[in-house]
Order: sequence, then C-alpha cells, then structure tokens
Amino acid sequence: MSSAATSADISLAPEHGSGTKRIWKTFWLLSVLTVIELGIGLTIYNIHKGANPNPTLVLAFKGMVCILTLAKAYYIVSIFMHLGDEIRNMIMTIVVPLCLFIWFITAFLWDGNSWKILRNTNAGSRPAQTEQHQPAAIEKGEKP
Amino acid sequence: MSTTAIPTNTKWWNGGRSPFNASYGKVMMWYFLMSDAFTFGAFLISYGTIRFSVNNWADPNHVFNAFPFAGHANLPLAFVSLMTFILIFSSVTMVLAVHEGHKMNRKGVEKYMILTIFGGLAFLSCQAWEWTHLLTGEHVALLKDGTLSILPTTVKSNPWGLEVAHDAMLAALQKTPHDQLASIAATLHHGGEAVVHDVKTMSDAELISLIQSSDLHVSNPGPIAFGGYFFGITGFHGFHVFSGVIINIVMLAKTKLGHFDQRGHYEMIEKAGLYWHFVDLVWVFVFLCFYLI
Repeated sequence: MSSAATSADISLAPEHGSGTKRIWKTFWLLSVLTVIELGIGLTIYNIHKGANPNPTLVLAFKGMVCILTLAKAYYIVSIFMHLGDEIRNMIMTIVVPLCLFIWFITAFLWDGNSWKILRNTNAGSRPAQTEQHQPAAIEKGEKP
Repeated sequence: MSTTAIPTNTKWWNGGRSPFNASYGKVMMWYFLMSDAFTFGAFLISYGTIRFSVNNWADPNHVFNAFPFAGHANLPLAFVSLMTFILIFSSVTMVLAVHEGHKMNRKGVEKYMILTIFGGLAFLSCQAWEWTHLLTGEHVALLKDGTLSILPTTVKSNPWGLEVAHDAMLAALQKTPHDQLASIAATLHHGGEAVVHDVKTMSDAELISLIQSSDLHVSNPGPIAFGGYFFGITGFHGFHVFSGVIINIVMLAKTKLGHFDQRGHYEMIEKAGLYWHFVDLVWVFVFLCFYLI
C-alpha cells in the first residue's frame, strides 16, 4: 500500500507544463460558460413573462443550455479530474458505460410525455385530470 | 527499478504492471464515481419523467427568486449562481492542492485544502438558507375549498401551480376566513410581532384592502412531487458535499501530521480530489435540471 503510486508497475504521467496555467484557463472557461448559461436562463425568464411565449424558441434556448452543461462536464472531467491524462483503455471503461444514459434519458422522457398526452386527451381508461391529487389536509384548507 | 517514461512498445496486459497505469485505489474511485453518476442520473431522469407528464410544473424562476437579506425582491437565478460559483471555485482550489501534492509541497497542499473546505462549508450554508426559505414558505395559494392560504414548499405541499386570474383571486379573498387573511397580511408586510398583533385586531374588509394594496400573486397548488424531487435530489447532493468536506478535513489532518510525506506521495489527496470534483460535476447537472430549464 505504502508504495502503490511509486512502484515499478506505474509510470507517473508527465506533468502538463508543470504550471497552474491550464487549471486557471479551465476555471475561466467554466466561469464564462456559466455566465452564458445564466444569460440564457434570464432570456427564458423574459420570454415566459411575455403574453405568448413561443414554445419552439424556449425549447431551442433550453437545448442550448443543455449543450453548454455537457461542455462544462467535459472540462471538469477531462482537466480537473485528469481523466484526459489517463491511458485510453481506462477512459473507455468509464465513458462507454455512461452511453447508457442516451437510451435512459430518451426512453423515460418519451414515457413522461406519453403520460401527459393520456392525461390531456382522455385516451386512457381514466378521465383526464389537469391537476394531480392533493393530500386531504390541503383540500380542507388546513396547513399541513 | 522505477521507470519514469513509458516505452512505446509497452505490453500493458502482459502482467507485472497495472494495465491502466494507475493504482488500485484510484481506479476503484473512478468506478465508484461512475456508479454514483448512475444513481444521480436515475434520480434526475425520474424527476424529468414526472415533470414531462404534468401540465402545471413550477417555473423555477418563479420559485427560486429570493436572496438573503433582500426581502421580497424578485431576483431569479441570483442566489443559485452564487452557489454555483462557490462550488466551481472550490473545485479550482482542490485541483491546485492536487498539483501542489505532485510537487511534494506540504505547505501548498495545506493552504489549498483549507480553502477547499471553506468553499464546501459556504456552499452548505447557502443550501441551508435556501431550504429554510422554501420550507418556512411565504407563498399564497388558492386551496381547493376556494379560500386563500399561505403554503410552504415541502414534500407534502407545493404552492407553485398555475397562476390564478385576478378576479378569481378577488372572489377567493371574500371567502377566506379571518385568521388566514391575517396571516397573509402579516407575511406580505414582513410580519414582526407588532404587525401580527395589529392585523389580528383588523376587520375582514380592512384586511382585504390591505392585502390588495400590495402586489399579491396567487397560484393554484402544483404537483406535490415537486418538493419531494427538489429536497430529495438537492439533499442527496448536499449529503455528498457534506461527506466531501469531512473527507477533506481528514486529508488536511493527515497532511499536517506528515503522513503523506512519510509515504512518499500525495495520492490520497488526488483520490479525495476526484470525489470533490464529482460533487461539482453533479451540481452542474442539478443546476441545469432544477434552476435553468
């Protein structure tokens, strides 16, 4: 245990530029991406304040924030967690299983949307409900 | 015996060396974090499924618009961006601590570990404030019985449904009993003890005109799942931040005691760093799913 990281079977990765320049560069990059995300967030807020928010426009902005978030995640994992400096086989054992998320997200959001369609069209076996069930305490007007 | 450069024709899988060129502990930390990513992913996807399935999910800019000491000011995204920057900055100090560890600079590691721990504590304090603000709630909702009442945001109640039209709100005010009117009026006017006493002695008509004179927004109750998902997921993330702070404190103590100098390397700081960056990584997605979209 005591010599795990320095024993003969592990070669330490060469230090990148041996300085902290790359770290600070990543910090500024993450900050700028966050500020852009906040800008888009406020834009969405202002679109919602308008009389007729355009759903396509809102969706486009939300998609943009999602892409920026993935970029932030890439920089955190690759630079801060040094995964980019590991050897390729190790990177693949971590990144490839995460591809399951592509199916996971698509399938479940699709399912949620399908529930909404059933709720709004009477297509299910139950009458359409626009609101979820509220607990009894609230129906009676008491503070739960 | 120790090699410093990797020969080009290295046979990684012939035995005698780590095929991933990393220690057991570090590789296992990566696989733990991968499994933890699936846990958080499952929570967030479950939240997304329920959110997609209802018509009246809360608008985050409406729910999270408060800032400490700013009263009822409408400041969407302000507080959560403060929390985000605190966490990004503590991530930077953590990676600088790892960097000093590579250089075997004990004083540098200590300095950056202390800064990282402070960042984590600052984030936890922000979260405590936000939870308190939501749980002690000050939002007025139209109940099913047609009266208005102050509802907190908890795992059992959610005052953040669709907004009620102005005339429907006025009609509901007429039906609301006296004590509920009094508590609404006291909340709208930052109820101290004196205000609470004052409003109790006022008549219904006086209370209604007092409430109407301030800018009152009323919603129907929203899906109760909102509180459960919000407190569940941010709570689980907050628990990770909390345990990360504990791990970092232990690492700081071990650094101060010189354990890593005796061992000849600072790899433990690297492993604690991986965990801490993961906490920041999860926050990036929690920030996206709960506050931005």
